[in-house]
Amino acid sequence: MKSLLLPPHPKERRVVFQNAWTQGYTPDIDCYIKHGGYAELKKALGMKPEEIIDEVKKANLRGRGGAGFPCGVKWGFIRRDDGKPHYITCNGDESEPGTFKDRYILHNDPHQLIEGMAIAAFALNVNLAYIYIRCEFPKAAQIVTQALKEAREKGFLGKNIMGSGFDVDMFVHQGAGAYICGEETSLIESLEGKRPYPRIKPPYFPAVLGLYMSPTIVNNVETFCHVKQIFKIGSDEYAKMGTPGDGGTRVMCVSGDVMRPGPYEIPAGGVTLGELINDVCGGMKPGRKLKAVIPGGSSSKILRAGETFKMKVKGEDGQMVDKEVPLLDLVMDASSLAAAGTMVGSGGVIVMDDSRDMLWALNNLNQFYAHESCGQCTPCREGVLWIDKMTTRMVNGEGTEQDPKTLKNVADNIAGRTVCAFGEAASWPVQSFLQKFPEEFEVAAK
Amino acid sequence: MDTHAATSTGPRQADQIPADLLAKIDEAVTHYPVSKRSASLPLLHLWQNHFGFIDDSGVDWIAKRLDLEPINILELVTFYPWFRQEKAGRISVRVCRTLSCALAGSYEVRDSFCKAAGIDPKAPTHGHTPPVSPDGKFSVEFVECLASCGSAPVALVNDDLHEDITEAGTANILSQYN
Repeated sequence: MKSLLLPPHPKERRVVFQNAWTQGYTPDIDCYIKHGGYAELKKALGMKPEEIIDEVKKANLRGRGGAGFPCGVKWGFIRRDDGKPHYITCNGDESEPGTFKDRYILHNDPHQLIEGMAIAAFALNVNLAYIYIRCEFPKAAQIVTQALKEAREKGFLGKNIMGSGFDVDMFVHQGAGAYICGEETSLIESLEGKRPYPRIKPPYFPAVLGLYMSPTIVNNVETFCHVKQIFKIGSDEYAKMGTPGDGGTRVMCVSGDVMRPGPYEIPAGGVTLGELINDVCGGMKPGRKLKAVIPGGSSSKILRAGETFKMKVKGEDGQMVDKEVPLLDLVMDASSLAAAGTMVGSGGVIVMDDSRDMLWALNNLNQFYAHESCGQCTPCREGVLWIDKMTTRMVNGEGTEQDPKTLKNVADNIAGRTVCAFGEAASWPVQSFLQKFPEEFEVAAK
Repeated sequence: MDTHAATSTGPRQADQIPADLLAKIDEAVTHYPVSKRSASLPLLHLWQNHFGFIDDSGVDWIAKRLDLEPINILELVTFYPWFRQEKAGRISVRVCRTLSCALAGSYEVRDSFCKAAGIDPKAPTHGHTPPVSPDGKFSVEFVECLASCGSAPVALVNDDLHEDITEAGTANILSQYN
């Protein structure tokens, strides 16, 4: 990834990425220890577990996998002394189109992840943890397996880690090419050796009935790395880097029609969409104008160039005032994107210029969801195939006048009617493309 | 076994398990002290990495090793796109199809890989059994997002990720594999 070899952009602040591209930095444990590695685990092992969870809460760390749930709150659901075995699983199934950050952590700085997980394990009274890595990252699985071996040899994993009396071990578990396994209950089913059909919530909240029907915390790769960094920086300082309720930094992955695509680690809320595209990523390709942005992974609702959004923002006197915010002035944090009707999601920003056909782009995504639906729930299993068929025929010039309406109708009947959020993930692109670019669908339908 | 149609011919894989594969299987099972069933995917990966695909005897053998019914394993082989029930090329080319790569030309790159490998670009693009070149060396298929959207278009050739691929560069990439 070329952008990572460049010095950080002034808007960037590399925290979880701080070592990954330092010249001479290698993924082995000696290098990690030389850079201060495992000092935070030592610190955490000297704390009370509830203090650790409080620090994570105070840091305002939100999950970096897509849903953005507050990490400390999630951990707080686990009762350490309920007498049941507890598990943590790291979600390294990174497969949301537009998202490409965890790969670099797994390849370049695996011990950062292991240290974050070990801190979590101690806080949550977990003796066995799994790192679920998609099998399309074969080298990542090898590197992390080797890192786990080194950590075991040095006494950071296994029995009585660092002389604390606490035992924890971890293993890599490889997926097998299914996007659905990124959904946490699906990941758990996959880890149990089954077809990865998501479980229904309630009752199957992982923190209550997770892996082997025991309390389980599932966190993203980047999230666990932030945990380590919270103990390095301190929760107050960490929280201050971001916005209230969304602490620290976030890796924004920019792809598509910009000059310098890449993963950029930026304080939460530290850039507007315009700064991200035009400044950090060097702008659009020569002679091209912005047409559309998918801001938080392919499942997030698309935004159209020139749009404005009514939302409450902080005025000069500190009071919240109603304001009309243009697209490029949207702050890239959870609350602003939610106010714009979309989401920050997994941080995957896909930028499209004025040469792009929105029907073609939606059809590409529809094919993705049609391929990846697990088939458990009828509205999704049938619906995603139909929306794919419809946009495929429209792309081929065989659309009918009713197609845009039928497309919307099918999408509306998937969202909210499935066991997991895949139903929404597949419907939101259809609904938002149709809403934001109606003219392109009308033309194609005739 | 009669639970499903035979999908391959040739000697049964279960009759040719080398000692090092057995050792790896035994080791993998130890990672799952709570439930052996959790070792299903790891064992399928080890099996496919060794044999190139998973035949009926492999399904039966793995099921037996984990005290499961064959259907518990077969349903995984048929669900997960990574697993193959038939031989593919010795070298697997998996081109990312999804949006960021498509914007950067992945459809053209996939066709170019097909031509460079001697495969008809009109062959099916997805599936558990991808099209294979006449010499049996390459299989070329589309896969969904490989999570390297910033260096699109990308392809996974065996275990190696190739980034920023151009149509003109595919033959050179294939020439690196024997």
